[in-house]
Amino acid sequence: MGGLTITNLTKRFKDTVVLDDLSLEIEEGQTLVLFGPSGAGKTVLLRCIAGAVEPEVGTIQIGGTDMTDVPPEQRGVGMAFQNFALFPHMSAFDNIASPLTAKRATRDTINDGVQAVARLLKIDHVLGHAPKELSNGQKQRTALARALAAQPKLLLLDDPLRNVDAKLRFEMRLELPRLLAEQGATVVYVTQDYKEAMALGDKIAVLVDGKITQVGTPEQVYLRPADLRIAEQFGDPTINLLDVTPEQDDLGMHIRLSEKRVPLPPGYDGTQGQSCVIGIRPEAIRFTEGPNSIEVTIEAETPFNEKTITLCTTFNGREILISRPAGTDAPDEGKARIDIDATNAVLFDRSTGLRIAPQDTATSRSAAA
Amino acid sequence: MEHTSPLERILRGIALTAVVVFFMFPILWIVLMSLQTNETILRSPPSMVFEPTLSNYQAIISGQLTGNTATLEIKFMGNLLNSIILSVGSVALALLLGVPAAYAFARHKFRGSEDIAFTLLSFRFAPPLLVLLPLTIIFQQIGLADTYIGLIWVYQLICLPLILWIVRGYFEDISPDVEHAYRIAGHSWFATFRHIALPLARPGIAAAGLLAFIFAWNNFIFALVLASADKQPVTVGALAFITASGIQYGQIAAAIVLSIAPTLALALYAQRYLVEGLSLGAVKG
Repeated sequence: MGGLTITNLTKRFKDTVVLDDLSLEIEEGQTLVLFGPSGAGKTVLLRCIAGAVEPEVGTIQIGGTDMTDVPPEQRGVGMAFQNFALFPHMSAFDNIASPLTAKRATRDTINDGVQAVARLLKIDHVLGHAPKELSNGQKQRTALARALAAQPKLLLLDDPLRNVDAKLRFEMRLELPRLLAEQGATVVYVTQDYKEAMALGDKIAVLVDGKITQVGTPEQVYLRPADLRIAEQFGDPTINLLDVTPEQDDLGMHIRLSEKRVPLPPGYDGTQGQSCVIGIRPEAIRFTEGPNSIEVTIEAETPFNEKTITLCTTFNGREILISRPAGTDAPDEGKARIDIDATNAVLFDRSTGLRIAPQDTATSRSAAA
Repeated sequence: MEHTSPLERILRGIALTAVVVFFMFPILWIVLMSLQTNETILRSPPSMVFEPTLSNYQAIISGQLTGNTATLEIKFMGNLLNSIILSVGSVALALLLGVPAAYAFARHKFRGSEDIAFTLLSFRFAPPLLVLLPLTIIFQQIGLADTYIGLIWVYQLICLPLILWIVRGYFEDISPDVEHAYRIAGHSWFATFRHIALPLARPGIAAAGLLAFIFAWNNFIFALVLASADKQPVTVGALAFITASGIQYGQIAAAIVLSIAPTLALALYAQRYLVEGLSLGAVKG
């Protein structure tokens, strides 16, 4: 089978464990986003795959072949570096042509190949320039073009949008998925930007301290983050995380926020009395005058074009962020009342930080029977 | 653009002129001296006005030094040729050995790599006299005394550490990612060394080569002890100008001009490599 399989990979630098017994699988033609904070080992993992760094333990299979001990030039991967790593003494053309010259392609093939990928990335007019004459955006596109030029089966992109300005980043975020789909390659894309991860990934793998803490579709990671840190990193504004202790009454499982009963979604029967953290997206909270609403004090309001973020405190002093679409009417100072929709709320164990998966009501019933 | 007032520009001009005059005047003076006879050089007060003559150069090139009383045979051109052979030979060998070694030290940290590199550098600390006597005996026993090969070998004590340490620094300054990128593009490590590392370190290699050449050219003690008359470089050969019959300033000046000409020409040629490439910025910092 194609794709990429990483098994039990461990990499140490002196005494620091950078990659810790890491396993990962990517299906052929899929884009996997490797997401994580800086220092998590994303770049090291990418370099291991490319062959620039040798792991101590573990195997790397590319397209079904064990490539662990194969030198980088024979792995047939394309890689774009975060710092571009263009060859400063070569023109943009020669930079992009380098994977083709390595294959000893004819002059015409090289020329056609470079022109095609340059047109695709809209840099065909600067091919004669040296890297230092290119703008940051052009450098980034040149680096990307170089990675794509030989049409590798596996494409490794190390935070390619990190060093470009916001406008270009936004454009590329829109363009890249189409571009990657056209290539048909398996892609590993490293980023620290959750929006990029959500926009580009068929799957997202979250890497923290050299370990993969979650692999899933963007929806899974966003809606059911495996632990508190993932929950905090996905979403803007960040998710509200409140210490709670679920309770049970005649109406079912619920939590109490400011003495008001907020029902939990089904499946959390086992959590009664457990110290938990509930994660509630700012979008799931709205201002209301309803009967069961919670009183809060509005502390600050940040209007964006498309939404408004409000910071409130409950009378217990807990801070809550609320996001609402711009233009909707709401109180902007003083006391207000809010209503929490806990349908999509996630519950975490406070001591371990891990998500408590709701029991599938169907399964629990059959288990009981 | 930085704004400079006219006064600042004038002062800067004066300062620059002073520096240039300070450093260039000796060279100018020696060139003028080489074009004069001993009588015009020694007259008092000295004058810039004289009738230029090429007799000094003629004497040096023909090897016939005519002093006040006698004619002395001196093989200065042979010495010059020896200097060129020795310096070019030792720099070429040092580059051939030192550049790949510098690359290895820069890119691959292996057991004892720092110790080996430091040992090589320590050759530069040790006074040459320390090794000279044993070296002479060993060279005589194995038949390397008074050969170009033997001298070039000993000159590695001067050239190799210099090239190794300067070039190593340049290799370390090249982002490893640039090399990784080239290898991932499908090129072997040797192609990467040739097409990426070498061109990018070229300013450093040029600087180190130039320095090593000048050090080798100026070397005196090794050649004095290990070389006989027909292998002597200019530094040793120049001793012959101090004769019992007096010092021939004009001829010495001509000899100096001829012996600094190669290093000067090389420095002027190499300086564009020293500057070029330092501003190549493809890796965003």
